[in-house]
Amino acid sequence: MTSHRIKGAGRLTPARKARFTFDGKIYTALEGDTVASALLANGVHLMGRSFKYHRPRGILSAGAEEPNALLDVARDSARCQPNVRASVQEVFDGAIIQSQNRWPFLSFDIGGINNLLSPFFAAGFYYKTFMWPREAWAKLYEPIIRRAAGLGVAPKEEDPDHYANRFAHCDVLVAGAGAAGLTAALSAAETGASVILVDERAEVGGALLFDSGIVIDGKPGYDWAHGVLARLKAMPNVRVLTRTTVFGYYNHNFIGLAERVTDHLPRPNKSLPRERLWQVRAKKVVLATGAIERHMVFANNDRPGIMLASAARMYLNHYGVAVGSKVGVYTAHDSAYEAAFDLKRAGIDVVSIVDCRAKPNEALLSAARVLGIEVLSGYSVVNTSGRLRISSMTVARNGSTNHRKIPVDALLMSGGWTPSVHLFSQSRGKLKFDAENQRFLPNIYAEACVSVGACNGTDEIGALLAEASAAGGGALNLSGESAYAWTGGMIGAAEGAGPDTAVKAFVDFQHDVTAKDIRLAVREGMHSIEHIKRFTTNGMASDQGKLSNMHGLAIAAEMLGKDIPQVGLTTFRAPYTPVTYGTLIAHSRGDLFDPARKTPLHGELVAAGAEFEDVGNWKRAWYFPRRGEDMHAAVNRECKTAREVAGIFDASTLGKIEVVGPDAAKFLNLMYTNAWDNLKPGKCRYGIMTREDGFIYDDGVVGRLAEDRFHVTTTTGGAPRVLHHMEDYLQTEFPDLKVWLTSTTEQWAVIAVQGPKARDIIEPLVEGLDLSNEAFPHMSVAECTVMGVPARLFRVSFTGEIGFEVNVPADYGASVWKAIWERGEALGACLYGTETMHVLRAEKGYIIVGQDTDGTVTPDDAGYGWAVSKKKMDFVGIRGLKRPDLIRSGRKQLVGLLTQDLTEVLEEGGQIVADPNEPKPMTMLGHVTSAYWSENLGRSIAIALVADGRARMGKTVYIPMKDKTIAATVTDMVFFDKEGGRIHG
Amino acid sequence: MLLIHCPYCGESRSELEFRWAGEAHIARPENIAEISDEAFAEYFFIRDNTKGIAWERWRHIHGCGRFFNTIRDTVSDKFLLSYKAGLARQPVPGASEPVEGDAA
Amino acid sequence: MAELATRAVPLAGAHGGTASVRLKPASSAHRISLRAGEDAVSTLSTTLGLSLPTQPKTSASSGSRTALWLGPDEWLVIDEGEGGLVEAARSSGAVHSATDVSHRNTAILIEGPGSSDALNGGCPLDLSLKAFPVGSCARTLFGKIEVVLLRTGEQSFRLECWRSFSEYAFGLLREAALDAE
Repeated sequence: MTSHRIKGAGRLTPARKARFTFDGKIYTALEGDTVASALLANGVHLMGRSFKYHRPRGILSAGAEEPNALLDVARDSARCQPNVRASVQEVFDGAIIQSQNRWPFLSFDIGGINNLLSPFFAAGFYYKTFMWPREAWAKLYEPIIRRAAGLGVAPKEEDPDHYANRFAHCDVLVAGAGAAGLTAALSAAETGASVILVDERAEVGGALLFDSGIVIDGKPGYDWAHGVLARLKAMPNVRVLTRTTVFGYYNHNFIGLAERVTDHLPRPNKSLPRERLWQVRAKKVVLATGAIERHMVFANNDRPGIMLASAARMYLNHYGVAVGSKVGVYTAHDSAYEAAFDLKRAGIDVVSIVDCRAKPNEALLSAARVLGIEVLSGYSVVNTSGRLRISSMTVARNGSTNHRKIPVDALLMSGGWTPSVHLFSQSRGKLKFDAENQRFLPNIYAEACVSVGACNGTDEIGALLAEASAAGGGALNLSGESAYAWTGGMIGAAEGAGPDTAVKAFVDFQHDVTAKDIRLAVREGMHSIEHIKRFTTNGMASDQGKLSNMHGLAIAAEMLGKDIPQVGLTTFRAPYTPVTYGTLIAHSRGDLFDPARKTPLHGELVAAGAEFEDVGNWKRAWYFPRRGEDMHAAVNRECKTAREVAGIFDASTLGKIEVVGPDAAKFLNLMYTNAWDNLKPGKCRYGIMTREDGFIYDDGVVGRLAEDRFHVTTTTGGAPRVLHHMEDYLQTEFPDLKVWLTSTTEQWAVIAVQGPKARDIIEPLVEGLDLSNEAFPHMSVAECTVMGVPARLFRVSFTGEIGFEVNVPADYGASVWKAIWERGEALGACLYGTETMHVLRAEKGYIIVGQDTDGTVTPDDAGYGWAVSKKKMDFVGIRGLKRPDLIRSGRKQLVGLLTQDLTEVLEEGGQIVADPNEPKPMTMLGHVTSAYWSENLGRSIAIALVADGRARMGKTVYIPMKDKTIAATVTDMVFFDKEGGRIHG
Repeated sequence: MLLIHCPYCGESRSELEFRWAGEAHIARPENIAEISDEAFAEYFFIRDNTKGIAWERWRHIHGCGRFFNTIRDTVSDKFLLSYKAGLARQPVPGASEPVEGDAA
Repeated sequence: MAELATRAVPLAGAHGGTASVRLKPASSAHRISLRAGEDAVSTLSTTLGLSLPTQPKTSASSGSRTALWLGPDEWLVIDEGEGGLVEAARSSGAVHSATDVSHRNTAILIEGPGSSDALNGGCPLDLSLKAFPVGSCARTLFGKIEVVLLRTGEQSFRLECWRSFSEYAFGLLREAALDAE
């Protein structure tokens, strides 16, 4: 295999080699090579197939803007990333690299037929062709299009790498470490400011990596850059992040960075994250993001071997690689001459510089003459040939039809330079159009931010260095020289790709958008660039139009006969380049995806064989299956045992708020519909909380421990929002009340013991309290001692049985649970979980807020009108409850439903109608909110919201299901122990 | 992600620590039980949802826990002022003319 | 008399960290959430035996007790000794709320040169010594949970969180410690 590496050229070390495969073939690279430079060094130009037409494509650039060479890069079957830009990814020893979007081979791709069918694939084709019939879209069109047009394939295995996150703060963040960025960073750092300097490449230097003509401070640019880097790295207030992309510029100088930590390493240390997300808050941001060279838009400008002039220069000067042996140049800008000269001096045959400008700079022309390079000024490249790589370019004098074919194996092009204003634009800065130089530049800043250097349109190196130094806040005095200015060039279609031609002159390589497509969009009525973009998909690929946007805009403007600013510029959005999901997710996967909250009793529940269900972030015991039991059997047994003997239940997740202060009762009066003044210490009351609109917000038992101290309970899921709601009123509406709220949900382990034997179970463990019905009746609370620890004991019930809730400090919970269960087990009690809890409460018609209510249910709708004080002058909801819609007749009310077939358990959410034969759309009366099999009653039960429900007692309603209609009778909600005697023991 | 100045902590902290709490300076009527349906609707349901300068409530829920008020430009997302709950509606800093609604 | 309950602490046996970040669960401590108006600060300070801090982000320590400013009328008072915090507050006679949260919270101690890096794996605060000097404290976020952070030394922190979040906090610290410099 011939090496295209030039001895003595480039900065890589010849002795340090890495081996990799590309499409199964083994190649050798040097350490520091990108995949692109390594393949080019091996003479490989064909790197992929284009998205739509499957045209052969090679490397176009040497940076992040690469639209063509997207590859699969893998270490193994799980560590495989699609759509990796060959110009960015560094080669590591053992890399497995494959081309994409081709079948069966890269060199012979059956999808290439799309190229022949291209008249059918013009802009807007998908929109127009696949509109109908609708079914065909999902079944036919989309799968076929996806198969034909897909890019890489994501691995199916779980990503074995890990990713890290870091929040950071700094005085100055500098994006880009070229001449401007390095200067700004050094300037800032010397003032003592904390500085983060970021660059997406492996090495700092930016354009200094390829531009051999820049001298700074008397040194060649590259050497100067490394000198500055060494100084920065020695300063404790500076952090230099290379291989790191500033992908997002968000509000208030919040900056997202993606650092690629191990992707270049052959055998990364396992402790290292693959990538690290940096979330930086900077007091000031310096944007030194440089400029991106534009391609020329001409016929067949996409063959492998055709690339940006600066890219060829980078491959030569940095990587020591010749991109061809017979090279043509097509330019509208001076900088391509420098590329030609560098190549020529390295011994490469540069056959012609085709300059579309009539009168190029005389100094360049004479330099070309000295080097013996032909310059065709006032000429254009009007076509190219070559199947898998360019073999010739066809040139013509502008305006002439006399063509001349020149054999080349590489063609360098430069349309000039586009300032990289992406991050500035993301920061919501406003751009202005520089008509003289045909470019958009930063104008009005929205953040504490400054642009310096090429991204700010500053061309002259001395001015650039002065501007960057000033931006850093220091006073560096640097001199600089460069060979050419960045301004100039052209945008839009070049000669021969004009309005009257049907040639394929690519504007957007990644999405296969041609100049003709843009014109078609305009002809079809798209007049705004936002519409043209969506119609043609120009700039909508993952490269976000870094190369294509300006060309597309210019072609559209020309067609519309408007100035560029009138056509508009599409908004640049984050991310600047694609960011992996792994990086964005960082630590939040596996166990760290979301906190799994476990109660202090969790270990005991696991030991007892509980199945768990997620309730918010909590893991709650769902049911406790015994050997051979399914859920149904276990729940039936638990329900029976709890009512016949007793059941023991972990209620620790119940929200708890300690309300303390002289105005505690006054505050609760305002927060609940009930009255609290008359609740004596030692007593509990069930409270309902409404929002100002009168709808039920939460409920729970409130115990009064002392005149100035209440123990409030909330629903498990409602705890945080209820506290927030209470704090809102306390801080902003009733700030004069002397009362404070403290969440104590997790202070207490709560063990509910419910059933006829409940008292027998806990009595021996409780000290200092008479548990008899007379001394401690239903709805009592007391502070006492349980097994030697201070406890709060509640006599409450969510089952309708005699019940206690034992609250002990959380660390003691497991020990007390064990003792209670030991006694309970001996007496024939059972453990029960949330499922049984739900069934038992439904048997008693106790509602669950959020299940039986949905934010549109008033206390009266729920049958809890008695809980609304008629005497209070004020509470949250008092006015809302008087709204006309809330007091009208016909509202949906909670009622019980008994299916006429006892064994039929309704589906929660099932819709209810009065007349099953009514034609559709039927009149919905409401829906089933809770439905269970009740083993205690030997039948199914349900709770439902039904319009005028209480007026329908005894009537039959119907629940139409997919395959049948179920008849049910409306009843009151209490199904079990209607007299309610059991609760009092 | 916004950077929000908490007037109780005396410094700016990440938006992550805060929760937005709606339009500011909507006082709950003293005699709420007696007000008309229209007045209740105005109080509870109707919001300006201003495009531009807006007086808002925020809570430093994962910080000091306090509710406070801000003046924010909802177009640019710039905070012009943060001030403690209970203070009267503050004027827009630097504005020479009183902004509509100042009297409220 | 019934048998006595025994204590089982969260994070029992948890370990992790690296050479630059050492992680360990703190021992059990007495804690109250103390709420009071400005007028009560001096008497409460006297009976608690430390000066309740009134500046944001600051703490005050005396003997086994540390009081952390969490809000303008809110402190977390931690006593690693004999306790008696509720009683001490009550003896002030001032209007206040002292609620025992000894078991609600648990703490993780983070020590070593990489401590702040590890914490910044999930905490959005600026933890530089300039912005967060020794003795600083704040309620903030760590990943997806709320925590209270106290800087006990240049390279040491105490992270307090509710007990059910402690496994998450320790897990995230363990992973972030791997990435600390």
